[in-house]
Amino acid sequence: MDEMRATDSLLVVRFAGDSGDGIQLTGSRYTAEAAGAGADLRTFPDFPAEIRAPAGTTYGVSAFQIQLGHRRVRTAGDQVDVLVALNPAALKVNLPEVRTGGVLVVDEATFGERGLAKAGYAANPLTDGSLDGYRLIALDVTKLTAEAVRPAGVKARDAGRARNLWTLGLALWLTGGDMAKSEAWIAQHFEGRPSIAEANMRALRAGHAFGETAELARVEPVLLRAHSPLPPGRYRSIAGSDALCLGLVTAAHLADLELVYGSYPITPASSMLHTLAKLEAYGVDVFQAEDEIAAIGVALGASYAGKLGVTGSSGPGMALKTEMLGLALAAELPLVVIDAQRGGPSTGLPTKTEQSDLLQAVLGRNADAPLPVLAAATPGDAFDTAIEAVRLALRAMTPVILLTDGYLANASEPWAIPDVASLAPIERPAIGGRQPYDHDPATLARPWIPAGTPRMRHRIGGLERQDGSGAVSYDPSNHHRMSELRHGKIERLADAIPAQDFVAGDMDDDLLVIGWGSTLGALTTAVEELRQQGHRVAQIHLRHLAPFPSNLGGLLERFERVLVCELNMGQLALVLQGRYGRPVASLTKVAGRPFQVSEVQARVRRELGVTW
Amino acid sequence: MVSGSLDAAVTAPLTAKDFATDVEVRWCPGCGDYAILKAVQKTLADLAADPDQTVFVSGIGCAARFPYYVDTYGFHTVHGRAAAIATGMKLAKPGLDVWVASGDGDSLSIGGNHLLHLLRRNVDLVYLLFNNEIYGLTKGQASPTSRPGQVTPSTPQGSLDVPVHAGSFALGSGASFFARVPDVAQAALVDVLKAAHGHSGTGFVEILQNCIVYNDAVWAPVTSKATAAERQLWCRHGEPLRFGVQQERAMRFNVHTLALEAFTPGVDGEEDEVLVHDVANATLARLLVELTEPLALGVIHQRAAPVLEQARHGAKAERRRDLQRLLDGGDVWTVGAHDAEPVLQKSF
Repeated sequence: MDEMRATDSLLVVRFAGDSGDGIQLTGSRYTAEAAGAGADLRTFPDFPAEIRAPAGTTYGVSAFQIQLGHRRVRTAGDQVDVLVALNPAALKVNLPEVRTGGVLVVDEATFGERGLAKAGYAANPLTDGSLDGYRLIALDVTKLTAEAVRPAGVKARDAGRARNLWTLGLALWLTGGDMAKSEAWIAQHFEGRPSIAEANMRALRAGHAFGETAELARVEPVLLRAHSPLPPGRYRSIAGSDALCLGLVTAAHLADLELVYGSYPITPASSMLHTLAKLEAYGVDVFQAEDEIAAIGVALGASYAGKLGVTGSSGPGMALKTEMLGLALAAELPLVVIDAQRGGPSTGLPTKTEQSDLLQAVLGRNADAPLPVLAAATPGDAFDTAIEAVRLALRAMTPVILLTDGYLANASEPWAIPDVASLAPIERPAIGGRQPYDHDPATLARPWIPAGTPRMRHRIGGLERQDGSGAVSYDPSNHHRMSELRHGKIERLADAIPAQDFVAGDMDDDLLVIGWGSTLGALTTAVEELRQQGHRVAQIHLRHLAPFPSNLGGLLERFERVLVCELNMGQLALVLQGRYGRPVASLTKVAGRPFQVSEVQARVRRELGVTW
Repeated sequence: MVSGSLDAAVTAPLTAKDFATDVEVRWCPGCGDYAILKAVQKTLADLAADPDQTVFVSGIGCAARFPYYVDTYGFHTVHGRAAAIATGMKLAKPGLDVWVASGDGDSLSIGGNHLLHLLRRNVDLVYLLFNNEIYGLTKGQASPTSRPGQVTPSTPQGSLDVPVHAGSFALGSGASFFARVPDVAQAALVDVLKAAHGHSGTGFVEILQNCIVYNDAVWAPVTSKATAAERQLWCRHGEPLRFGVQQERAMRFNVHTLALEAFTPGVDGEEDEVLVHDVANATLARLLVELTEPLALGVIHQRAAPVLEQARHGAKAERRRDLQRLLDGGDVWTVGAHDAEPVLQKSF
C-alpha cells in the first residue's frame, strides 16, 4: 500500500446486476467501508419495480451508485468511473453512464449465447471492440467465486450467490480499501450459519486477493483512510426514510407525545412503515390499515384522542387521503402526512423519483384548504424536516404535508448524529379553560382538547363550526371569518419559520437558482463550480413551500433573472409566479432520475448567455 | 361548545336527559332516529357512563348527525370512514368508550371496506348500523340494502342490485357480536345496546330504522302490532327459539335442506326438535341471520375473541428505550479535528 497516496479526487462506483444478485447489499457494504475510511459520500440505489424480474433481462437490472472521496460530496455523481456488472444486461443498461476511459468489471462467464440474447446483444461486447474506449476487466467471476468458496462446503447455489461479495472484495481493492467492516458484517449477519458465513467471507477475501495477486492497477485510492472533509462529530450513514422516521420519533419525544403511524403499503413509502414498526419501544404505534383512507383516518382518530397522528404514502395514496386531509384541516387537529413522491401520473414509475406532487400538496383539496407544506433536501435533512413538520402541526393545530421522494427515501449520506438533549422542546397549544374553537390571537390556533379530557367534552366535525364554540354553524359571515382564520393561520406560520437564506451567492449576483427537495446536492454542486469559474450565480433552496418564508418575495425582487429547477413540469415555478406575480425561468426534468450537475450547468449558462 | 354539567357532584341516578345536548335535533318529524337516540341516552344513563370518557363517532348521513345530540365527546367525520377514525381513537386511548353511529349507505357502501376490517380486528367499541334501506340525506336514492326492484330517483326502473345483507356481512367479516333490533322496540333496544356495550370487542348492532320520508314502513311487516308476534323471532341465549302469539311456533333444523324451518311443536313436530339458542354457535348464527320469516332479533351471535387494542398493547415492550441510543445505532464513526493523514490536493 506504500505506493498509494490519498487524494481529494471523487470517484463514482456503480454496482449492477439482476435484482436477485444482492446488488443493494454489495452497495451498502461498500458504503460502510467508505464511511469508515473517512470519506464523504452520497449513494443512490436504483432498482426495478419487479421483485424478481426474469433473470438476465434489461428490465430486471438493479443498481447501486456511490460517489465518494475526501472532499465534500453532494450527489451520487453524474458519470460512473467504475462499473461492476454481474451480467450482460447490467452492462448494457449502465454503460451509457460510464465515462469514457472508465473501468468495467464484468463476469465474463455470463456472456454466453443465452446471456447475450437475453440482454439483446447481437454480438459479444467483450470481444467486438465496442468497449475499446474503456478499461475492461473481464474475469470469470462465477468460476473464481466457486473455487474460492469450495472449502466452505456449501451448495452450488449458495456458492453462486456469493459472486456479489467477490466483486465487493475486488472493488474494495481497486479503490484502496480494506475489508474490516465487511468481514465483521458477514460474521454478524450469518451468525449461526457457519458454512454460509465462511463461503461469503472466502468470496470477499478472494476478490480482494485477486486484485492484489493479479496486480491490477488501482483506480483511485478513495478508500484509503484519510482526513475527513466532514466537520468534526459523530457520524453514521443514513438513508432518507430512516432519518425521517428517527426525526418523527425524536419530535414526539420533544413534544412529550406518543405517535400513531397509520400506513398502507406503497412504494417508496413502505420503508417508513417497516422502520417505524421496529420502533414501538420508542413510543410509536404502527398500524397497517386496510387502505390509504383508513391509514390517514386512524392517524386523525389518534390525534383526536391525544396522540400525534402520522401517515405516510406516495402520490396515488395521497390522492386517496385528500378528503380526510380536508377534515383534519376543518377539525383543526394536528397531523403529519409524508408523501414520498414517485414518478406519475397514476401508477407511473413506482420506484423512480420525481417532484410532481407539489401542486397536489399545496393546492390539491376541495375548497379553500390551505396547509403547511415542507420538503426535505437531503437524507439527513429529513430528520430535521420531520421535527419541523411536527412543530408546525402542533403550533397551528393543522395537518402538515412533508414531501420527500424516491431518491431521498433510498439515498444515503453521512449524518452527524444529533444530541437529543440539545434539541428544543416542541410546544403545543394549551387548553387553559378555552372553548374548543377559541383561536389564539397570536397563532390563530385552537386548543387541542383530546377526547377524554375532563369537563371539556364537545362535538365537532366536518360541518362548518362556529368560531369560538365549535358548534355547527351555517352562518354566512361565520363561514367567511372561519375561511379567513384557516388561511391566516397558515400565513402566520411564515413568522415562525426561518427567513430564507442563500446556499450560495447573494443579492448582487446576476441569476438566482431556486430549488426545493432532493435536488439540493446537484444544484449546489452545479452552482459552486460555476461560481468557481467566475459566474455570478446565487442559489436558494426552499424547505418551506407553504407558506413561503416572509422574506422570499423581497429576495426575488432583487433578481432580474430567476431559474427554478425541479423534477416536474414546472410546479414551483407556477406557484411562485402566482404568489409573487413575476416571471421566472424553469428547468424541468421528468425522467424518473435526479438532475445531473452538467445539465443544470448547461441551462444556467444558457440563462446567463455565456458559452464558458 | 363545552359541556361539563354532569360533573357537579351528581348524586341522583342519571337519566336519558343527562346525555342530551342543547342542540336542536333536526331529524324529520317521525324519524326512527329519535327512538334510537332516546334508547342510547337511556342506555348511557343506566350504565352510568362517564360522558368525558365517551365518544360518538360518525361518518355522513342522517344517522351521522347523532354525535351532535349526545352530551359526550363527538366527532362527525367523512362519509364511510367513521370505523377507521374510531380505530385510531382506540389505538391512541384504549380506555375511551367509543360508539359509532352509521347508516346503511355509510357502512355498507362507501365504508364497506372499513367496516369489514373493523369487525375482523374486533376493535372494542359499539357500532350502530341504522338500516333503513335507503339514502335519506341525499334524498332517497337506492342504498346497498335496498330490495331488488325498488323504485327510487336513481333507479326509476327498479333496483337491479342484489342487496347486501348486514348480518351475513358482519358474520362473514368475523364479527364477534351481532344483534338486530327494530327502532320501535325501545326496551329491547336498550337491552341489546347494553349487551353490545358489555361485549369485549366490536358490538355490532343492526337497528331496523324507519325513514318516514323516503322508505316509510319498510319494516312494517315485521314491526306492526298485527304481525309482530308471527314475524319476530327473539333470540335469547339458553332459551328455546319460539315465537307466535302464544309462543306456539318454534324453529328446528332440517337435516335434509340444511336450513332452519318453523314448525308447531305437537302439531307438525315434536317438542324435543325445538332449537335452543346458543349465542356462541357460529353455525346457528349464520342460519339465523338469513331467516326472513320469522326475522331473528336480539343478540344473535356473541363469542369471545381477541380484541385489537388489548392484543397490541400486550405485545408492546413495557419500558421506553433510550432515544439517544437509537440515534447512535448502526456503524458510527467519529471525525476528529485532526483525523488521520492529510489529503493531498489534486487539481481537477
